[in-house]
Amino acid sequence: MTSVLYDAPGPRAKRRNVILSVVFIAALALVLWWVYRTMDEKGQLDWALWKPFTESQAWTTYLLPGLVNTLKAAALAMIIALPLGAVLGIARLSDHRWVRVPAGIVVEFFRAIPVLMLMLFANEIYVRSTDIPSDDRPLYAVVTGLVLYNASVLAEIVRAGIVSLPKGQAEAGYAIGLRKSQTMKSILLPQAVTAMLPAIVSQLVVIVKDTALGGALLNFTELLNSRGTLAANYANVVPSFIVVAVIYIVLNFILTSFASWLEKRLRRSKRGTGAVLGAEDVDDLNAAEVGGTFGTGADK
Amino acid sequence: MTVKLTVFSGVGSLVWGTLLAAMRVSPVPLMRWFGTAYVNIVRNIPLTVIIVFTSLGLADIFGVTMGAPDDFALQGFRLAVLGLAAYTAAFVCEALRSGINTVPVGQAEAARALGLNFTQVLSLIVLPQAFRSVIGPLANVLIALTKNTTVAAAIGVAEAALLMKEMIENEAQTLLIGAVFAFGFVVLTLPTGLFLGWLSKRLAVKR
Repeated sequence: MTSVLYDAPGPRAKRRNVILSVVFIAALALVLWWVYRTMDEKGQLDWALWKPFTESQAWTTYLLPGLVNTLKAAALAMIIALPLGAVLGIARLSDHRWVRVPAGIVVEFFRAIPVLMLMLFANEIYVRSTDIPSDDRPLYAVVTGLVLYNASVLAEIVRAGIVSLPKGQAEAGYAIGLRKSQTMKSILLPQAVTAMLPAIVSQLVVIVKDTALGGALLNFTELLNSRGTLAANYANVVPSFIVVAVIYIVLNFILTSFASWLEKRLRRSKRGTGAVLGAEDVDDLNAAEVGGTFGTGADK
Repeated sequence: MTVKLTVFSGVGSLVWGTLLAAMRVSPVPLMRWFGTAYVNIVRNIPLTVIIVFTSLGLADIFGVTMGAPDDFALQGFRLAVLGLAAYTAAFVCEALRSGINTVPVGQAEAARALGLNFTQVLSLIVLPQAFRSVIGPLANVLIALTKNTTVAAAIGVAEAALLMKEMIENEAQTLLIGAVFAFGFVVLTLPTGLFLGWLSKRLAVKR
């Protein structure tokens, strides 16, 4: 193990590293011990509180329906937001100012507002001006909020994907006499979509995480909300949080690994232009950076 | 309240995130391992879960009252800062780590040739350059944090989202109130982005 930041450890450095490791372990152990002691004192370690998770009932009544709702909202939001985002993204690249500017305003506006506010606002609008039954309303509001926000982020992903393609691709299209729409449809978009795939999967992680907002504030019965009902039933606050957190981690870890696998695969393949939008670009786009100096995969 | 939350958790996450980044490149394998595990775990949990846990788990079960056992509003605020800082630190750490990677190898090698040890190499040579090159990404993290402070509404901290929720439930002009709050956020994030964008260009290490 070598790094440019430090020399290969000699005998003294090795000893120092061992001492540091021991100190670090001691500190960690101290924290863990404190956690263990308090949990023990409060009875959070009792088998009775963990037992529900080994039985099917807790899963079928609370956790699985919650997980299904989480996934349902995420999938719906993604499916609706994708075409919207594609249209907005292409509109931002339009040659006509009257298309480009409004699309830009819409995208920048919804990216600058927290998703939670969009959800709350959508919920209130639905309460006042529609007769959606109150059982379905949280799902509608959550999906609306997610769609508005993620369509604008996806628009930026689409735009970055198209911009990341070498200029020669579009020029070649014009040179053989294709119209602008034909060039976009048959030359730029197919390549941009492959370049964007990892970024889109990474955005899915953001969507999954954001569904939890609806559970906390709009009483949408997704995973976090079901955890509350479950904990109210079995009085197992800490165990239920740990189980739910593990579910989220596993779910998102699968998505993240899939995204980075896609990214590696696309970078390796000889076909295409080698332009790839990765997970880091998504982090940048979610921050609604004003001034637009995000990196695209092409120059990394 | 939104601004206060942003400032406190911003400072907290910057400190904790820098420590994490230092751990991830340190010569002690155990610390590297801890840093990686922390970032991967925290990044994949929804912030809402973390914030709700600080209230229901940390405060109620573990008795972490953040020095304000009686003042519920103050306690909620401090817990929210703790949760936000713990979550954002993972992103700060990732931004910094990519910044450390942009510092040319020769810089660290030259420092080592002078006989500096790891702490000196990192704090005197590498980190100052890394910070200057990641102002852009860190600005993104800060803007994301500003928007994330709304999640603190989940544990009843009276910041913008909770105020808006109460107002649109009680007042008639839903659209107007929504527009005012939305405008407020644009006003908060736009200058931050512009200023830090300018700063990052200004301070960028010329190579």
